[in-house]
Amino acid sequence: MSSEARPPLLAVLDYGIGNLRSAQKGLQKAGADAQLTADLDLIAAADAVVLPGVGAFGRCMEELHSTGLASVAIEAADSGRPFLGICVGMQLMCAGSEESPGMPGLGIFDVPVELLPPGLKRPQMQWNPVTATGPSVLLDGLDGDWFYFVHSYAVAPNPDIVGVCDYGGPVSAVIERGNVMATQFHPEKSGAAGLRLLQNFVAHVASSVPEGAA
Amino acid sequence: MTTAARVIPCLDVDAGRVVKGVNFVDLVDAGDPVELAARYDLEGADELVFLDITASSDQRDTIVDVVRRTAEEVMIPFMIGGGIRSVDDARRLLRAGADKTSINTAAVKRPELIAEISAEFGAQCTVVSIDARRSTDAHAPKSGFEVYTHGGRTRTGIDALEWAAECERLGAGEIMLTSMDRDGTRDGFDIEMTKAVNAVIGVPLIASGGVGGLDHLAEGVLDGGADAVLAASIFHFGEYSVAEAKAHMASRGVTVRPV
Repeated sequence: MSSEARPPLLAVLDYGIGNLRSAQKGLQKAGADAQLTADLDLIAAADAVVLPGVGAFGRCMEELHSTGLASVAIEAADSGRPFLGICVGMQLMCAGSEESPGMPGLGIFDVPVELLPPGLKRPQMQWNPVTATGPSVLLDGLDGDWFYFVHSYAVAPNPDIVGVCDYGGPVSAVIERGNVMATQFHPEKSGAAGLRLLQNFVAHVASSVPEGAA
Repeated sequence: MTTAARVIPCLDVDAGRVVKGVNFVDLVDAGDPVELAARYDLEGADELVFLDITASSDQRDTIVDVVRRTAEEVMIPFMIGGGIRSVDDARRLLRAGADKTSINTAAVKRPELIAEISAEFGAQCTVVSIDARRSTDAHAPKSGFEVYTHGGRTRTGIDALEWAAECERLGAGEIMLTSMDRDGTRDGFDIEMTKAVNAVIGVPLIASGGVGGLDHLAEGVLDGGADAVLAASIFHFGEYSVAEAKAHMASRGVTVRPV
């Protein structure tokens, strides 16, 4: 295990949309060597890949395709290396979204993304406590902690969901399947709890780096 | 638990330094915006607003530096308002690390700007700030709440309720409503106006203008229906901490993120 030799290298995929810098900063605070990048060699060399996302699903998918990073993200998730999606990043990992009909997602999780139920404000734009509904790498020590959500769509309920918040009913907040994981909320904007979650991810990456890799 | 109110300290920033306009005349320097932001983060603020009031164009870039340094220091969301007139202006701030941009006068002048920023960066980045006053004369709009621009100096004749609904239709993900009648008075929010605007929108509403005590914050949520409450002077001069504000709101039955 090489975590003492160097901090894990995380490739934060930069496909040219909005504020991706905060995700990079948060992961650096959590102890990673996080690089905002579209460089294929750097991404291939990274110990883990992070897919942030803000804005509309369709727009993000278009940018992922035009930068060539869509296939890169799929390969990274399939590679067994740890992979973290954040906010719209979590949605992009799914089959598609009601927000952008006809635009397929990355399909890493074969589930749809649905509009939040009516009755409450959309977007959900607030801090909300997250309840762990199964064993979770990311939520270790954080069951019931508050995180910052900004979204109008959410991943449909499915067996890989390990954390939910309550917003007019249970809303998918954390998904994990092996080394592939994602959060609907913004850990990089969720204060101390968010930092702890990112530290959980970075520690998981460090423990996943193959013997002698550094 | 389904909804939780946000408490948002607002920092007026002029050429990179925090000031608070008291009735827009006496400006008191209250420090470095990044230091204040970090303090509010620690105190439990749910979000921050920087209102850039820098007038001279050669100092405009000072806000970008504030944004960059803030994004490095704090791990809570923050919004920038003031001086944003184009998609490029918004992009500069978002790329530097801001989470949301709010537009006000520029949106009234050219409402398509709302749609443009929303299409480019998403509704969650697109906040429209509405300054409104009560109007009673012959030129008053139907609801009696009139949109003002240029920091509350210029009448528009536009109905604040109709404008709020239009902003949402154009792609705003949040509305920030400031009562220019109450701003600086410490008499509390204009609850009636807050409630009326909230009734016509489906996106979150930030109430602003007039907070002079902790009960005002609770009333903005309980009576006004606001999703978030914004205040400046009660926090800046150490009168109350954000933690005290949230504890008081909780004691009045408002759900807030515990500090």
